[in-house]
Amino acid sequence: MALYGSTYAGYGFGTLVTVVIAYGILDLIVNGRWFNIAYLIETPSPYFWASMGIGLCIGLSVIGAAWGILLTGVSIVGAAVKTPRIRTKNLISIIFCEVVAIYGLIVAIVFSSKLSNAIPVSGWSREALYAGYAMFWAGLTVGMANLACGVCVGVVGSSCALADAADPQLFVKVLVIEIFGSIIGLFGLIVGLLMTGRVTPFK
Amino acid sequence: MESITFNIDNGYLDGIVRGFKSGILSISNYLNLTQCETLDDLKLQLAATDYGNFLQNEPSPLATTTITERAREKLVAEFQYIRQNAGPELAKFLDYITYSYMIDNIILLITGTLHERDTHELLERCHPLGMFDSIAALCVATNVQELFNTVLVETPIAPYFEKCLSAQDLDEMNIEIIRNTLYKAYLEDFYEYTQTLGPTTAEVMGEILKFEADRRVINITINSFGTELSKDDRAKLFPTCGRLFPDGTSRLAKADDQDQVRLAIELYSEYRKFFDQGPGTERSLEDRFFEYEVYLNKRAFLQQFHYGVFYAFLKLKEQEIRNIVWIAECIAQQQKERINDYIPIF
Repeated sequence: MALYGSTYAGYGFGTLVTVVIAYGILDLIVNGRWFNIAYLIETPSPYFWASMGIGLCIGLSVIGAAWGILLTGVSIVGAAVKTPRIRTKNLISIIFCEVVAIYGLIVAIVFSSKLSNAIPVSGWSREALYAGYAMFWAGLTVGMANLACGVCVGVVGSSCALADAADPQLFVKVLVIEIFGSIIGLFGLIVGLLMTGRVTPFK
Repeated sequence: MESITFNIDNGYLDGIVRGFKSGILSISNYLNLTQCETLDDLKLQLAATDYGNFLQNEPSPLATTTITERAREKLVAEFQYIRQNAGPELAKFLDYITYSYMIDNIILLITGTLHERDTHELLERCHPLGMFDSIAALCVATNVQELFNTVLVETPIAPYFEKCLSAQDLDEMNIEIIRNTLYKAYLEDFYEYTQTLGPTTAEVMGEILKFEADRRVINITINSFGTELSKDDRAKLFPTCGRLFPDGTSRLAKADDQDQVRLAIELYSEYRKFFDQGPGTERSLEDRFFEYEVYLNKRAFLQQFHYGVFYAFLKLKEQEIRNIVWIAECIAQQQKERINDYIPIF
């Protein structure tokens, strides 16, 4: 399965590059412009950017959490066959991964409450544009941080389960490592909320 | 990147194998075993370990061969469980491990057929991990060419036979040359394969297989003193995937006695200590090789997210079975002076 993942990524990336270059050439032929980045950024409405940010936030967070639970869960199941006593204690690792998804959910809810109906009067207002861009990048920040955090907690949780099965005294010590790992997600949450702190609901 | 993708296919079996490894007998278990007076005591002591009641249905005068067979059956059952549940990459890795047993089985059957032994008796003596579908047909063929064309070309070890197709006659000496050439081809192929499985597996299995290759080089050299094996033929049997290649192997190919072997090994710090005859060290070279192999296999468990744990588990359990058999034999023959010469694992 890991093999299939890498070939899909390869195909996906190849397709993406082809599409981007094809779009660029088409734009050049039709409109006489070659990759006008400013046009690409300014033309979509702030709603697009904000919604995209919210989507990325929850989407990437959930991928991180799911990946972490996958990594930890199989190790707990495998190790618990021989040492059933580790089952309940190691659910803490799964909870740490789940918390990552909750961070993403909180941020997505907070951001979506800042969206409101607004009518562009001769172009978008400065606050609206700021709101759009801020929410996009804040959402991306929170999403990527939670992706990394979820995977990190998953790997450490897997090692925690196996170490606990071998020697019960190791559990608390490896759990401390996991706690440090889960702080990464918290950092993403804080930065995301700071970035959109000055976004007024007038949009 | 393997730490985030290894568990997708292999996480459960990694946990299972580490569970099996935690059941390997420790020094306190061995102390209890060495203090047994009879084989029935041994059976009682083993019942308290991970082995459980594996000897429950055996009739009362217990023989050491029975203990060996049952212990090996248990190991094979555990290996088959892992193999049945394995994902594609792990399945290929485990199949590679079984090829060495296949080579042993084929050589056993060829030798047995030459000496006109009974087919069923031979098949019973084959190692269960090295069985393949058409193995019984090996007893029918009479020379190597026919053997290859009818039976062996379908087995996974067919590529290894290409290197020794020139051995046409089947007397005693050439069978051993066939075995060693096959094993050389297998070891080199296995080494190349493990180097493609990600950095951790490459490092862990690389260490283990390099030592295996060097061990064979040294053993072939020492065993060929006083036989009519020419130096060129000897050099052709050395696997090339070890540390001793190319410098050490060329020197060992020209060596004539134990001292020249020692001189050739002097440059390799890991192997120098095998030849040190310090005071109070009465272990034979073979024992020291086993000890070092156990050390390398134990190290495999210190890293996570690699395939080496499966190989290391199999080899450590085999060593454990050898230890139990040694202790059982010492007890059965009432020769307890050397009972502590087993190789402790954990």
